Amino acid sequence: MDLSSRELWTALHGMVFGAAFLLAFTGGFMTLWALRSEWITDEGARRSVRRLIVWTWSMAALAWLTVILGTYVVYPWYRAKPPAGTGGAMLAQYPKYLLLSSPRTADWHEFGMEWKEHVAWLAPILATAVAFVVTRYRGQLAADAHVRRALLILYSLAFFTASVAGLLGALINKAAPMR
Amino acid sequence: MATPEAIGETLPNGPAWAGILAAGVGCASLGLLIDMAEASKTVSNALNFYNPTGDLSGKTTLAVIVWLIAWALLHASWKNRRIQSPGKITLVTLILIVLALIAVFPPFFGLLAAG
Repeated sequence: MDLSSRELWTALHGMVFGAAFLLAFTGGFMTLWALRSEWITDEGARRSVRRLIVWTWSMAALAWLTVILGTYVVYPWYRAKPPAGTGGAMLAQYPKYLLLSSPRTADWHEFGMEWKEHVAWLAPILATAVAFVVTRYRGQLAADAHVRRALLILYSLAFFTASVAGLLGALINKAAPMR
Repeated sequence: MATPEAIGETLPNGPAWAGILAAGVGCASLGLLIDMAEASKTVSNALNFYNPTGDLSGKTTLAVIVWLIAWALLHASWKNRRIQSPGKITLVTLILIVLALIAVFPPFFGLLAAG
């Protein structure tokens, strides 16, 4: 078994940070969903909020790490331009140009990567807003259904945008692996 | 039953709504920058802050800056306010995010592509 440096960074971007963000979503969502004054006691609210603060900031940090690593470390390798005359098997080192070299795979770049590289950046903005409000309002959230509902929407949209980016990233890396 | 008083917190809700609305503004600004870069080569070149990443560096950096400025301004304006129309702010935020989702969708911004 052998992993190149590029494969390692790509795995860290998608399979560690990105996947951890997506896996953490359900727990955070359910804790926020259940944080209702009519359902829990004061002590229950305090405990849930402490857990939620750790959860939401972890998700925000993971989202930022994923997009920054993806944009500034992995993406430059993906879009690197091959020297003139590069073709055939040598294009495997240049995923964007490998995908564009065939009409059968060009959409992976023109639709897939173009969507992924942009939509992913919505996730950390949305996740950070949720983490901030949870930290500032703590137990007060249990009694404020409007704020809680708005946070659930932002949190779900953060998950949706990260899911789109993650799924497309996995499929693109299957069509043109980062080596 | 948990009550805000028992938990010892009855902060004005203005800063919460400032953070929520600012997130919508940040998302919409990213969508707008992406569409502007797609529609104009001049804008795209101007947003090329870091060559290996191309204009994605400028689009995302500026969107984050716009988001943080919008957040700071809204926070300063609403920090002591109790927002009476949370439904309207939720709706505006949702509209901004939906616009952002449309703006970052390749078949949409492909329509604006500079020749």
